[in-house]
Amino acid sequence: MVTESTIWSYLEEVPDPEVPVLSIIDLGIVRGVKVISDSEVHITITPTYSGCPAMNYIEKSIQEILTEKGFKTIHIDTILAPAWTTDWMSENGKKKLLEYGIAPPVNEVDKLVLFGTAPTVKCPQCGSKDTKMLSQFGSTACKALYQCTSCLEPFDYFKCLK
Amino acid sequence: MKNNLFTYTLRIADDSLILGQRLSEWCGHGPVIEEDIALTNIALDLIGQATSLLEYAAKVEGKGRTADDLAFLRFENEYLNAQLIEQKNGDFGVTIVRQWIFDTFRLSFYEALQHSSDSQLAAIAEKSLKETKYHWKHSSEWMIRLGDGTEESHLRVNEALISLWKFSDELFFMDEVDKELIAAGIAIDLETLRPAFNERINYVLNEATLEVPDSTWKLNGGRLGRHTEHFGHLIAEMQYMQRAYPNMEW
Repeated sequence: MVTESTIWSYLEEVPDPEVPVLSIIDLGIVRGVKVISDSEVHITITPTYSGCPAMNYIEKSIQEILTEKGFKTIHIDTILAPAWTTDWMSENGKKKLLEYGIAPPVNEVDKLVLFGTAPTVKCPQCGSKDTKMLSQFGSTACKALYQCTSCLEPFDYFKCLK
Repeated sequence: MKNNLFTYTLRIADDSLILGQRLSEWCGHGPVIEEDIALTNIALDLIGQATSLLEYAAKVEGKGRTADDLAFLRFENEYLNAQLIEQKNGDFGVTIVRQWIFDTFRLSFYEALQHSSDSQLAAIAEKSLKETKYHWKHSSEWMIRLGDGTEESHLRVNEALISLWKFSDELFFMDEVDKELIAAGIAIDLETLRPAFNERINYVLNEATLEVPDSTWKLNGGRLGRHTEHFGHLIAEMQYMQRAYPNMEW
């Protein structure tokens, strides 16, 4: 019978549609894999944000890839608890993000403290720590918009969610 | 119990759904592009939360209705959102005040609901709380920036606060629906949230050089399906596609 770790490696091939440099494994979206037989498998996934519009697409991609690998019956369950956190993003994922030009999540500051508490995010282009937040809300729910004050490049920051 | 749980879930869902709809109206109209994106990002989170809540409500009801049926095919008096939520966007100050009062409430509410004995409500609350913290920070910072900003911004945000504050008390509305669910550890006794709510309100208003309006006119009715004039217009727009083309899908 196919082992669970083989399935995990298959799922490495499924990219996140909004940040295609990351797989759904890098992002920590896949929470569980259970092989029932050589033709049947059970996958559990969780959304990053409640309104993440990529979830249907991700489900379809999982169906496609596992069908390609010969599975006939693919169950996909979406669970909400425990709630997704950026802590589940793999180290490799963070490295890939940085190379892609998106600053990976850094340790968060308390969101319930107002003003002057934006985390120090390094510019993915020039590495400067001299950056400023332009908006807490960016091109997708999971990103904030920053700008580097050294090289002046604007960039996305994959914000911390805990 | 089942009927009460359905109603209770719907009340939470409709706050998210209707506010998400309201904020979407800002799409393409924000004062600056970052704010346009921020308001629509928050709308997306709220619609996402509403989807989870409506799916659960549909399941609890068990009559074969889907989340979409609940979102798009109910009549006006079947929506159970608080009246604050449906108020028009007005200027940016009005939108921010409405958002901030709601975010402040939601923060305390989800903090409590994540410990509900109903595991699905608890899961939705735990997830939504993380998003709500971002929303609250955003609306609070704007309250401070506008209140403690220019003479004009202070004037306008203060007017918005005075006109919307009378809707804030409804967020704490409870009735028979809540009673049984509170006893079962499912629902939250909203009275217990008041100290945290008041503390956060006062903290931000103090920083914003604003004051809690001296308003004794407290409105309610939304939780029972009674809405203000603006609501009919909102759902006419929201339901248009489903009413004009039944069962259409994107």
